[in-house]
Amino acid sequence: MLKVEQIETFYGSSQALFGVSLKVRAGEVVTLLGRNGMGKSTTIKSIMGLTQVTRGRITFNDIEIHHLPSYQVARQGLGLVPEGRQIFPNLTVLENIMVGAANRGGREEPYTLDEVLEIFPRLAERLKNYGNQLSGGEQQMLAVVRALMTTPKLLILDEATEGLAPLVRKEIWYGLSVLKARGQSILVIDKNLDALMKLADRHYVMERGAVVWSGETDELADNEELKARYLGV
Amino acid sequence: MLLFIEQILNGLQLGVTLFLMSAGLTLVFGIMQVINLAHGSFYMIGAYVAATVTALSGSFLLGLAVALPATAVIGMLVEAIVLRRLYKKEHVDQVLATFGLIMFFNELTRIIWGRQPLFMDVPSWLSGSVELIPGIPYPSYRIAVIGVGLLVALFLYLMFTRTRIGMQIRAGASNREMAGALGINIRLLYTLVFGLGTLLAGLAGVMAGPILAVEAGMGESILILTFVVIVIGGIGSVRGAFIGALLVGMVDTLGRAFLPALFRMFLSSAHADGVAASVASMSIYILMAIILIWRPQGLLPAHS
Ligand SMILES: Nc1ncnc2c1ncn2[C@@H]1O[C@H](COP(=O)(O)OP(=O)(O)OP(=O)(O)O)[C@@H](O)[C@H]1O
Ligand SMILES: [Mg+2]
Repeated sequence: MLKVEQIETFYGSSQALFGVSLKVRAGEVVTLLGRNGMGKSTTIKSIMGLTQVTRGRITFNDIEIHHLPSYQVARQGLGLVPEGRQIFPNLTVLENIMVGAANRGGREEPYTLDEVLEIFPRLAERLKNYGNQLSGGEQQMLAVVRALMTTPKLLILDEATEGLAPLVRKEIWYGLSVLKARGQSILVIDKNLDALMKLADRHYVMERGAVVWSGETDELADNEELKARYLGV
Repeated sequence: MLLFIEQILNGLQLGVTLFLMSAGLTLVFGIMQVINLAHGSFYMIGAYVAATVTALSGSFLLGLAVALPATAVIGMLVEAIVLRRLYKKEHVDQVLATFGLIMFFNELTRIIWGRQPLFMDVPSWLSGSVELIPGIPYPSYRIAVIGVGLLVALFLYLMFTRTRIGMQIRAGASNREMAGALGINIRLLYTLVFGLGTLLAGLAGVMAGPILAVEAGMGESILILTFVVIVIGGIGSVRGAFIGALLVGMVDTLGRAFLPALFRMFLSSAHADGVAASVASMSIYILMAIILIWRPQGLLPAHS
């Protein structure tokens, strides 16, 4: 469904991506791995139209999206949970959830409010609070729910468990596994390899703005050299 | 006492007029980060269009009905043609470009309508006066102005808190990139917000038409007060603009009305009037300074 082909992206005059290619098929959970500053977030931003791609091609269900403004990319059915959560502090939790919900360009069966609140029940009690009154974990769950309400065909998460307590991380991973079971396609960036290995089907490893390895979960699990060299484990 | 109540109502009337002006300006400033000096031009355009249509048709309501969409459409065109290019520019560029727009619109009105001011009559059905409080007759037209201003404030409040578009505007104001990534068309939203802002400025101009002379440059005197209001209220905050507008309206009106009497208590009357007049014209700036010392971001800053 998502096809990224040889994209190059610059920040001013410094090049961040050097010909990145990757694919996500319907129903798959795919990860983007790599150490700090290797270009994972830049790849995501390029897909979402938040940074300009200077070369290469991105298609989503055979529609070219790399020249579209980000709101049109989103309306093709891509839902973003960005690095740093980026909750709207001046909107209530319910408003954060509903603000993108008019965007029904995505899945055939939209998630309902009740469904998503069942996955993250903590939020249900805080609907009237403002975004900036939530804990970090609650904000993260809210960011996931907010993206889900845009009914994405592909959900993209950038470091959704960073800086959270172990118990809260567990809730997030649990939520993602529920989504996977429902057939939700997911592209996920995270540093927590163990949890990713349980959830994901395939992986891409990035190093200095390029993909240096890709393969399935079993292959990654057995490849100690790869993990040591590129992932620092 | 009678005079006092009358002056309070006058202050309220100036206040709601300033609110109509500042609601749009503070939104544009707060959400788009654009300083639009030409906001006063839409006030003038609203007044001119209404005066002309009213004179031709004899109907004030028709004048109003034509002036509002006209200012909104002209506003949205200006946004699409000029302001859109300024969003990412320095404030100095914005000031220069929108100052250019002021001169353009002032000159254009002189070309179309000539140098003589137009006068608009108060519509006959509002030309009487009403005793809101027994014994104090007050012009119906001014009461109508106050009522319309308060209704608009209520409408904006409901729009921002209860509707999806209001929610999207607030989201876009706090994080434009993220709003875009959720499928919200920020550009279109900006154009609509701008159109709404200019429509409100046009409405203020129409309502001021029968009270003031309709002439080129009329937008600039109110523009200065409008900037004072949004700085006091907190840039980007419509609620702050409402409070700021009422404060400025009251302080300005009451200062002009009562300072002379106050100063006469301890100065000779010749001196007192002169001093009072200058203090009265400074009063809103003094108010602004006091408020900014107390709250440097204004009363209700949008991004706190
Ligand atoms: N806004 C920016 N302006 C300039 N350079 C940037 C910007 N954002 C990222 N970079 C640079 O681009 C490169 C890739 O950054 P990116 O954020 O994509 O890495 P990442 O893999 O997501 O890292 P992390 O794991 O720390 O989130 C880095 O060298 C970074 O310094
Ligand atoms: Mg990153």
